[in-house]
Amino acid sequence: MSKDAGGTVIGRSVPRLEDRPLLTGQGRFAANISFPGQLHMRVVRSAVAHGKLTGLDASAALNVPGVHAVWTAADVAHIPPIGFRLTGLTELEPYRQYVLARDRVRYVGEPVAAVFASDPYIAEDAADLVDVRTEDLPSIIDAAEQPGFYDDERRTEPAIIRKGYGDVDAAFAQAQHIVELELSIGRHSGVPIETRGVIATYDEERDVLAMYGAAKVPHWNRDSIAMMLGRKLETVQLFEGHVGGGFGIRGELYPEDLLACAAALKFRKPVKWIEDRREHLIAANHSRQQRHKIRAAVDDHGRILGLDDTFFHDNGAYMRTHAATVPDLAAAMLPGPYIVPAYRAHGHIRLTNKTPCGTYRAPGRYESTFVRERLMDAIAQRIQVDRLEIRRRNLIAKEQMPYDARTATLGTDIIYDSGDYAGLLRRVDRHYGLARAIARAEQRRSTGVLAGVGLAMFVEKSGLGPSDLVRITLHADGTTEVVTGSASVGQGMETAMAQICAGALGIDYATVRVIHGQTDRIERGGGAYASRVTVMTGEATHRAACDLRAKALAAAAPLMQTTPDRLTIAGGVITRVNGGASMPLAELARIVSLTGEGIFEYKHMVYPYGVHIAEVLVDAESGGVTVERYFVGYDIGRAVNPMLIEGQIAGGVAQGIGGALYEDFRYAENGEPLSVSFADYLMPTAHEIPRIELLLTEDAPSPLNSLGLKGAGEGGANAAGAAIASAVDDAIGLPGAITELPITPQRLKALLRGLPPH
Amino acid sequence: MKPAPFVRHAPKTLDEALKILAEVAPQDGRILAGGQSLVPVMAFRMARPAHLVDINEVAGLDKLAVEDGKLIVGARVRHATFHRPAAPGPLGALLAVVVRNIAHYPIRTRGTMCGSLANADPASEWCLTAATLGAQMVAKSASGERVIAADDFFEGIMSTALAEDELLAEVRLPLLPDGTKFGFNEFSRRAGDFAMSVALAVYEIKDGRIASPRLGVGGAEPHPRRIPEAEAALDGQAPGDMAFRAAAEAAAAAIDPLEDAQTDASYRRDLVRAVVRRALEASL
Repeated sequence: MSKDAGGTVIGRSVPRLEDRPLLTGQGRFAANISFPGQLHMRVVRSAVAHGKLTGLDASAALNVPGVHAVWTAADVAHIPPIGFRLTGLTELEPYRQYVLARDRVRYVGEPVAAVFASDPYIAEDAADLVDVRTEDLPSIIDAAEQPGFYDDERRTEPAIIRKGYGDVDAAFAQAQHIVELELSIGRHSGVPIETRGVIATYDEERDVLAMYGAAKVPHWNRDSIAMMLGRKLETVQLFEGHVGGGFGIRGELYPEDLLACAAALKFRKPVKWIEDRREHLIAANHSRQQRHKIRAAVDDHGRILGLDDTFFHDNGAYMRTHAATVPDLAAAMLPGPYIVPAYRAHGHIRLTNKTPCGTYRAPGRYESTFVRERLMDAIAQRIQVDRLEIRRRNLIAKEQMPYDARTATLGTDIIYDSGDYAGLLRRVDRHYGLARAIARAEQRRSTGVLAGVGLAMFVEKSGLGPSDLVRITLHADGTTEVVTGSASVGQGMETAMAQICAGALGIDYATVRVIHGQTDRIERGGGAYASRVTVMTGEATHRAACDLRAKALAAAAPLMQTTPDRLTIAGGVITRVNGGASMPLAELARIVSLTGEGIFEYKHMVYPYGVHIAEVLVDAESGGVTVERYFVGYDIGRAVNPMLIEGQIAGGVAQGIGGALYEDFRYAENGEPLSVSFADYLMPTAHEIPRIELLLTEDAPSPLNSLGLKGAGEGGANAAGAAIASAVDDAIGLPGAITELPITPQRLKALLRGLPPH
Repeated sequence: MKPAPFVRHAPKTLDEALKILAEVAPQDGRILAGGQSLVPVMAFRMARPAHLVDINEVAGLDKLAVEDGKLIVGARVRHATFHRPAAPGPLGALLAVVVRNIAHYPIRTRGTMCGSLANADPASEWCLTAATLGAQMVAKSASGERVIAADDFFEGIMSTALAEDELLAEVRLPLLPDGTKFGFNEFSRRAGDFAMSVALAVYEIKDGRIASPRLGVGGAEPHPRRIPEAEAALDGQAPGDMAFRAAAEAAAAAIDPLEDAQTDASYRRDLVRAVVRRALEASL
């Protein structure tokens, strides 16, 4: 890579191009979109966790004035179950979800019917009148129990993820110490402020089905909707507007998307569906819930000889679009930044009678980092060395890069492209004054104040391929249009792409217009997930801008009576390198039509890494935890816009703290969901989250793309559970006490009393 | 999360409001004041009142005045009013401390004190305040008016002595003598959440010792109430850690704790011990 490839606009915290409409109230979210004559859809959902569907009577609902139709499974019998986007093992296929339940319901919230009416209030009134009869079946709510029956033939364990290498048994046979832990992570999800929404229209004249409210992966969803509804690709178009938060959950293909699209086709009327918050908490993807039993074989110095992990992944009632992605990532990335000579992971995918699962920011890594870093703390305790030292002794060295981690996930071998883990730990230690912080906490504890410091390290992944395509067109009015098949979920991708384009082309980033999430503007696109946009779309944008620059110079050279190599572009003006004539790019665009194209195809991911430090205060009387200080050291390879990265990290930490201390989708024994509003599903607020401090480093640029880029989307969430747990252990003076997230005050108070938790 | 159909009535006078209430009460008619509890419950369709008697335009219900040694708070007075002292002396200061613990500011600009009392959530800060201070509730209906003492008003979880055709038109809070000490403490998992336990301590100092102690606990039992055992532990003692801890222990032992998935009985007692001690500590 060339250090100067991006020019000076890259690396600057320039203001977001996205902000003006959002800050002036001109945002256009799904609920803002309406069409004349639209029908409103209301989904009738199962009220029982597991049951045989014995009957459904919609006659009372159909009698409500304003009700247009009520659909049941028979009306959508032609629609196949929703397919897998990632990690779609064939043995998981029988567990896919149909858009409306057929003969069984398997979780509270499962769609069983859909009401279409002239008004959303009428639709909800009528939905109340749909009589769904079920015969109760026993519910499974604990994934670590023995598997039960999914249907008459299949059991609730569709697959076991197996990963590993080396001779694990031999490692344990020769170990001086064996450290064993049992750890659980609660059930969380991204809870974007904008709930899901779909507005489907059918244009009979052009024979085009359009879906508004798309997000994250519009092209994949377009292809799937077309296939599932039996339509040609070019007759289905998806349009992304403003998106009020993604986090893995929003923009996946869900039953409601298909219902609205199928209804628009059938009724020849626009169909609008806006999810309410209660629905969102029981119907949109959940994530994370896992129980791990892990053992480490360790030598006398605390060096890991082998790891052996068995875990149970609670995927809820069906396999949705992410299929095995989360447990697969957990198993593949558990070793993290450490040398693990032998490794074995068995991840049991288990189905339960809960809301089905997908990914949530740092999927599989929030979980496995918690497990691994708890384990490192336990090893430190066993060997009697401090928590920094145990990590230093096990870190993969800079000289070992690129490092083959010998596992694979998402269709790619995990090969850490670059990294200086010990170097980052050193910089963080110095920058933060970790030793001083630990001493300060000790001092406070000696006065009876339960203060503690925790830390955790991790390797992130980003830049998932396989490819991205970008076209850049220079318009005669002086604007530059970047068309991508990528998506914006609010992360600032327009700004980042504009900066990369501007840097390569030699123009002002504010003149760049970035198009995303419109399937009619470009034939393909990877979308926005897996911290991939800056890396994949960024590199494609860089290439397209370089292509356009070369074309512009080639076209300008004869006009300026010179050769392209004697021309350069700065500030949107083509000039001769040794002075003289100049020509604005816009003027050139009036003479010739100029479009550059960039394709980036790459199957390997890039691997940023980081360190989290948490300082907490435990209230001995109530068991409450206050996060007093939170710090992240993160190596981004190369920062396109540090301000955006800070925002990504801070938001991720807030969500990570949510999972560590507050959030949990709880269920009663009978499978009834108990977290159905924000009074029960506790999102942290500004009161609970301290200012997030960040040391952003660029010590290990990726060798795998021109600019050295790595992603920033998930490094804030990744290690938050692990760091908070470590800090709480430290505060209460009970190493290893925290084995479960979230750390609730009741459980913590029980620990403080020395009693078993309730 | 859209409410079931209902009819909204918007009377302009109290007589008119009471007359409508008398008519619609048997058909599950409800008073709508700030709506901060009722409207969400309607959105979940857990409440489906057929009629709402909206009192937001009823003249006179915004009364906020001191009469006969009492602060009179009308049914339309919003929580946020109490951010600044609404009464002279310690009472105004006490209300200004308590109000900041009620939910979040936007909610406080809309919700009302009388609405909270009539709703009778076990964790309500105003219910705790009314119970601790011995407030009087003025219930009005088309057939007359009665004054209910706080001790007789709260009957259980979201249950009061109000009849279905009665409007809690005002609450009367006794002014506190100069020099009255008070302290408040609440525990919830997040700022603004429903209290998992909450305590209010009010007492006077006579000859350096605690006199006329009032110690109320909320969020721990079906409704807030004074805890005589804790008051006995305080009465006549020098204010300080020893007396406060004794009162906290007494309160923790005396309550009959509400239990839920997040809070078993022993944890509830822990929380009561903590909030009582801290409320007392805050009184110094």
